[in-house]
Amino acid sequence: MRLLALLFLLISSIHSFAQECNNTLNGTLLDIHDGSVLTGATIVVTQTGVAAQTDLDGNFTINFLCESTYQLQISHPSCSTKIFTVTIQGKTQKTFKLEHHLELLNEIIVDGKTTNRATKSIYENLVDQQTITTYSSGSLGDALNSISGVSSLNTGNTVVKPMINGLHSSRVLIINNGVQMQDQEWGAEHAPSIDINSVGSLKVIKGAGALQYGGSAIGGVIVASAPKVPLLDSLYGRTILSSSSNGLGGVVSSSLTKSYQNGLHVSVQGSLKRFGDFNAPNYNLSNTGVFERNISAKIGFNRIDYGVEAYYSLFKNEIGILRASHIGGAEDQVRALGSLVPTIIKDFTYSIGNPRQDVTHHLGRIKGFKDIENIGRISLQYDYQQNNRLEFDIRRGSNSGRASLDLVLDTQTLTIDVATEISEKLSAKFGVVGGLQTNYANPETGIRRLIPDYDKYSFAGYASGDFTINQKWVLEAGLRFDYTHINVFKFYRRSFWEDRGYNSQFSDLVIEEYGNQLLVNPKLDFYNPSLTIGTKYSFGLYKLFANYSMSSRAPNPSEQFSEGLHHSASRIELGDLQFTSETAHKISLTLQKRGERFDFTVSPFATEIDDFILIEPTGIRQTIRGNFQVWEYRQTNAQMYGLDLDASLSLSDNMRFVHQFSLVKGYDKTSNEPLISMPPASTLNSLVYTNPGFKNLSIAIQSNYVFRQNEFPNTNFEVVLPESIEYIDISTPPAGYHLLNLNLTAAINPDMKVGLYVNNLLNTSYRNYLNRLRYYADDLGRNITLQLKYNY
Amino acid sequence: MKTLQLNSITNFKFQTMKTMKTMKRCSMYALLAIAMIGCSDDDAAPLPVNEEEVITTVILTLTPESGEEVVLTAIDLDGDGPGELVTTMSGSFSESTQYQGAVRFLNETETPAEEITDEVLEEADEHQVFYTTTEGLNIQTTYEDQDSQGNPLGLQITLTTGAASEGSLTVTLRHEPVKPNDGLDSAGGETDITTTFDVTIE
Repeated sequence: MRLLALLFLLISSIHSFAQECNNTLNGTLLDIHDGSVLTGATIVVTQTGVAAQTDLDGNFTINFLCESTYQLQISHPSCSTKIFTVTIQGKTQKTFKLEHHLELLNEIIVDGKTTNRATKSIYENLVDQQTITTYSSGSLGDALNSISGVSSLNTGNTVVKPMINGLHSSRVLIINNGVQMQDQEWGAEHAPSIDINSVGSLKVIKGAGALQYGGSAIGGVIVASAPKVPLLDSLYGRTILSSSSNGLGGVVSSSLTKSYQNGLHVSVQGSLKRFGDFNAPNYNLSNTGVFERNISAKIGFNRIDYGVEAYYSLFKNEIGILRASHIGGAEDQVRALGSLVPTIIKDFTYSIGNPRQDVTHHLGRIKGFKDIENIGRISLQYDYQQNNRLEFDIRRGSNSGRASLDLVLDTQTLTIDVATEISEKLSAKFGVVGGLQTNYANPETGIRRLIPDYDKYSFAGYASGDFTINQKWVLEAGLRFDYTHINVFKFYRRSFWEDRGYNSQFSDLVIEEYGNQLLVNPKLDFYNPSLTIGTKYSFGLYKLFANYSMSSRAPNPSEQFSEGLHHSASRIELGDLQFTSETAHKISLTLQKRGERFDFTVSPFATEIDDFILIEPTGIRQTIRGNFQVWEYRQTNAQMYGLDLDASLSLSDNMRFVHQFSLVKGYDKTSNEPLISMPPASTLNSLVYTNPGFKNLSIAIQSNYVFRQNEFPNTNFEVVLPESIEYIDISTPPAGYHLLNLNLTAAINPDMKVGLYVNNLLNTSYRNYLNRLRYYADDLGRNITLQLKYNY
Repeated sequence: MKTLQLNSITNFKFQTMKTMKTMKRCSMYALLAIAMIGCSDDDAAPLPVNEEEVITTVILTLTPESGEEVVLTAIDLDGDGPGELVTTMSGSFSESTQYQGAVRFLNETETPAEEITDEVLEEADEHQVFYTTTEGLNIQTTYEDQDSQGNPLGLQITLTTGAASEGSLTVTLRHEPVKPNDGLDSAGGETDITTTFDVTIE
């Protein structure tokens, strides 16, 4: 559609040239109520018939206008069409506002509208529904990887943990349908518990500017929202069927929505994903299958000035972990690292054995809002989440069917938000959030608790506002304060308690002694302020975003209380009870150009993190099971900076070249060493051919080059074995690699779409620095996916 | 359709005040609600986990037909904790002597100590004990027991000494090794125990 419009524009511009009319109109289309941008609206110059469409940011450009007065007819699928009169004088910039009734009704309650900006002064990256659909057989992390500056920390290829500008886990907040996910996100091998097929749109805010979501987002915020429901009497649905050659499995995902004009709507969605062992180019990756089952339902009643909605989702995922990655101590590490292929390769199977993860996540939410005259919109939300994580290891005898880790995390949150438009130029948001979280570690595992039992109480308040000075300048500022109280019951080994000197410092915390174990009851308080201030400056085709944000994060339970062998990493990990909060200062800039043929976005950033918590090796411990490397959490000051670049160039009406480049550098300022697990520089270049006239055909060839990470801390170690001294290299990153992908989509008819996606077309063998299983096996080989999408 | 358009300053002030009031009320409610869900302080203290599978102790007893018995012991009571691994030897081996060896694995965090050896025996197919020596130490070991497939297990061995020498003897218990195998290097699996004793033959 946009291409047609562009074509139209080009043809009519030839005509315009003859009149020597060379003026440009840059317009922005906003919702009259809340100022959110309207995408996909059509603007027609009634005198000439020239048409344009608004992009994802609500912007449109019409070139070759004469210096005179024009009538613009602006129409949007969910707004009443309106005629505007505009006088063109040279380069003209103007904001238009439409009455956005229909969408307003649906979206306010759905929250996190795709087009509603959470911040004004930070550039936000969006992944639209169409792109998300191409990842239906992958995971949330895979879809997010398509954004520049977003990478992932992987455990194999099914545990994909998003990483924003090199930061991950507790430093990245994930908001699922307005609810901050509490799914034991602290673990590096814990992937977000979200079904990618339930997501309608994804938004990434790099940095902590979006204070309504939380103050601890040192890395950033990922906002996943369900598809919108239109306010019409209608019944519709969508089914995706996809099947892949690698893993010999596929996905079935269906959704059905019934909506009424009076505001009532009901939707259900479910998906089923099943894969057997995946394979690397040269061998089977034994025990890497996945079995995922999800269901979600939503019922709501929305009127213009009030509404309520209830949402529930169940996510259940069983993931096999590469069998060859489960090893003992340094002796086994020597063998695993010395072997070019995984030490265990079996025949392909769908069955998932140990080691494996079995995660169940329930999420329930009730939300309501009411518009109150002279105040604004008041929203109230209560949500409840339960995350149960089972991890099964290789165990002996009767224990082999027993989980090694069984954690149940219950979280309840109550949120009250007030959004108010004080004047046309000044709008503000306030809110308070209260939460209660309980972690229960089941002692039936027969293995000492990795994360202790705790109760956590949190309370936060925030206020933010933005002020539109004029067409060019928008200012934004916000403040937030988080208070956290955590009441922990932790069993310490007496030897560790004494070794750390806790016995002299914290003897009053010991409430019970059981042989060589001590039950300790720390009660910790954290006070975390955060603030953000920024501006957006628009000039011509350009926009400049500038933001400073300060955020602080309380240490997570894994950083505080780890104390023992981490099987999947083959190392002993030790936390520290005495950690304080880490505080980050980030400056981010974005320069964006939306041109006729050439668009780009360049976003440099710099972050200083005080009391940054990191884990690093400190020695070797000799145990009866062999030698293990000891990794201890430590606080230091860190510095990170980098750059994300996106560019797109129209080569012809049907051909487009798209470029992405991401670079991040991170250093420990105390030791002057690079930080571990920083994403290497990478570049993505695609050639996209689209032909809307022929079956809406789209063909994209994508080249993905990931450089070798040349900066890394040296964490290699020597281990004395009876007959030799072995040097264990666990830190040297693997070589850079190049992958070629091919994406082909076409519409058989307006309701039926087919997609053919080939990843790693050349079947290249490679290892990814950010994959925790890179020591044991190559990454995925070629994968051909055939996808059928049917709308009804 | 209600829109929020305010033009005059008075209106603005009025609104902010009202907003503040409502805010205050709302936060009171929120606090109350949280207090209600939060303050049930009925948490019973959790119970400790006794790790049943942990092997804290390896005892290798070597009995000659005549003469002094040699007992090699390795104890690490806190598992992967910071406590030291302690290895002891009751004495040295005699030259050119045949010893009947039996190895035991115990979990001494429990009282009475749990005999892990029984579990290994029960799952003989999935386990093997390996005995390796450094070059120059004149010791040879042969397996005296087998699993159900006829492959060596290693809970019972014969240890034969040669001429006087010094070196180390390592006992390794592998879980799920490749069976049969040509020794430790090709056996694969996961190391459950590996403990090295410095020994002398006199």
